[in-house]
Amino acid sequence: MELKEKLVSSFLAFESTVDVKNPLHDIRTKAIKDFEAFGFPTKKVEAWKYTSLNSVLKNDFALFPKSEVAIEYKDVKKYFIHDLDTYKIVFIDGVYSSHLSSTTHDKFDVCLMSSALTQNRFKAVIDVYFNKIAKQDGLVALNTAYSKEGAYVYLPKNTAGDKPIEIVHFSTGSEDAMLLQPRNLIVVEDNSEVTVIERHQSLSENKTFTNSVTEIYAGRNAHVDYYKIQNDTNSASLIDNTFTDQYDHSVASVHTFAFGGEITRNNLNFTQKGQGIDSILNGVTILEGKTHVDHNTLVEHTEPNCESHQDYKGIFDEKSTGVFNGKIVVDQIAQKTNAFQSNNNVLLSDKATVNSKPQLEIFADDVKCSHGCTIGQLDESALFYLKTRGIPEKEGKALLMYAFANNVLDSVKIPQLKTRINALIAEKLGVSIGFDL
Amino acid sequence: MLEIKNLHASIDEKEILKGLNLSVKAGEVHAIMGPNGAGKSTLAAVVSGKEDYEVTEGSIELEGEDIGELGADERAHKGVFLSFQYPVEIPGVSVTNFMKTAINETRKARGLEDMPARDMLKKIKEKSELLEIDSKFLSRSLNEGFSGGEKKRNEIFQMAMLEPKVAILDETDSGLDIDALRIVANGVNKLKSNDNAVIVITHYQRLLEYIVPDYVHVLHDGKIVKSGTKELALELEEKGYDWIKAEL
Repeated sequence: MELKEKLVSSFLAFESTVDVKNPLHDIRTKAIKDFEAFGFPTKKVEAWKYTSLNSVLKNDFALFPKSEVAIEYKDVKKYFIHDLDTYKIVFIDGVYSSHLSSTTHDKFDVCLMSSALTQNRFKAVIDVYFNKIAKQDGLVALNTAYSKEGAYVYLPKNTAGDKPIEIVHFSTGSEDAMLLQPRNLIVVEDNSEVTVIERHQSLSENKTFTNSVTEIYAGRNAHVDYYKIQNDTNSASLIDNTFTDQYDHSVASVHTFAFGGEITRNNLNFTQKGQGIDSILNGVTILEGKTHVDHNTLVEHTEPNCESHQDYKGIFDEKSTGVFNGKIVVDQIAQKTNAFQSNNNVLLSDKATVNSKPQLEIFADDVKCSHGCTIGQLDESALFYLKTRGIPEKEGKALLMYAFANNVLDSVKIPQLKTRINALIAEKLGVSIGFDL
Repeated sequence: MLEIKNLHASIDEKEILKGLNLSVKAGEVHAIMGPNGAGKSTLAAVVSGKEDYEVTEGSIELEGEDIGELGADERAHKGVFLSFQYPVEIPGVSVTNFMKTAINETRKARGLEDMPARDMLKKIKEKSELLEIDSKFLSRSLNEGFSGGEKKRNEIFQMAMLEPKVAILDETDSGLDIDALRIVANGVNKLKSNDNAVIVITHYQRLLEYIVPDYVHVLHDGKIVKSGTKELALELEEKGYDWIKAEL
């Protein structure tokens, strides 16, 4: 049976696990119909021209884990920012792990989507925001239809999160192939701020396919920093659909560190719904083998006097492939918009490929918009210079790559996270030099 | 210290060095002069290990060891240093951290532990003062947006940090005003000892007023065609190179 049919026909079984009398369930039943109509995207769709899901979708995915697997913290400690005090929402094969997690309901809520969707005290927030920010396509509809679990973060007005929140998804390989569909909602009301670090990690060589949807609401003067660490095994694929609505004078940033995974697709959407907004989309991609990463960004400027900044750096070795498809829309009313986009790539091998496609749709006449994309190789004369100073070839290349990505790395605000990402990069590049540039 | 014998080197099958001989002993300063296209910069690149050049004949020995087959990094570990005519800009890497990496990689190759951070800072401070380099300058990206003078001072600063056995200064005087020239030359002179050697490649006699050579060589068409003492440099300054070509 094809995966699509399986997903449609399994919906009945899924319904037996949720409260179908909850009015929210209408959203799911509509969504499964939408998914049935839309299906999975194919390469015929312009936005999916360079990314095929065929090799992933052919697997016979288990939709519900049959057994619960326990994980000891010491075995997965390295996947956390363990030298940093954080709230943690941890899932194992899609199931909440209370003993790895650390949640709160003190001044704000850091908890489970399954609680938020079913308990009365969260109803007011869920009714206003759940599934209101995400734009619907086949993948989002699929996630919505099966929405049940994920992270729920709610900061009421004038609240600053006292420590970052880590959302970590482990897959254990308890099934030959597993489909996971986390659904996250991050609501940051006026004058509030929060930092989130998200990671998906497969602990086996069995197939994992994650179709994640995250909705982020940033109210007036709100500040949201969201970091995504994508450094999964070559048997894990991820489609990350993240939607951010921003209101007046809010600042929202998403950093995506894409270092591994079979196929990774980031659908990153920002909609500016007020004035004086700043949206920041940064990414570093470092790939080798046959891995594939596709960054598909959309920033919609719908009000005047806002800014957006996109800076994506990519380094591709062996047969890896990268895609950057960045769209900026400036509505007619959105005068005095400053929208910047930059995508720079380095190819380390003749067999690596990058497709970079900026799209600007500008309907206002008093704006500053720029985009630039480069695809090149490492500078040989710079490498020779480093070698004459005693820095060997491998370390020299690593240093140049690190320097290439440095301005994005530099914008990471949490020192412990920066150190961790630097270490991941050093590990990937096979060097032991401390990159403290 | 450095023995170059019958060195032939070519790039893209074009022969640039055509049987060059040079013997440099510890404690000596040698100047290599010559018209454009004589092969001066090629000599610097080949000795320091640039892979674009193919050595077809001859040998390069450092303290009796053939270094001709070694990579540029390995030659650096053995004590070869090249001050670039055009230092490369590397955005995103600060001067300080570049120097730390270079020194610790060299130490690693020599079987030593990383230099303790305090010693490193002390050394950086001492050597930057020698070159009259401001501490703010050290946190800037390597060579990015540096003036010509700053780039050359930074080269000699690196030489001071790495303490090479043989330093080749390729057109270090080009693009320098008189003050920067004095600082650079003063730095080189202070680094000179009986245990190291300096090869100054230059077009003009000017630099040699500050860094006084023991020997002056004229390079022409890939070979050293005339050698002498510092007076030869003055003669070249006065008469140009044509009289040497005529002598051949």
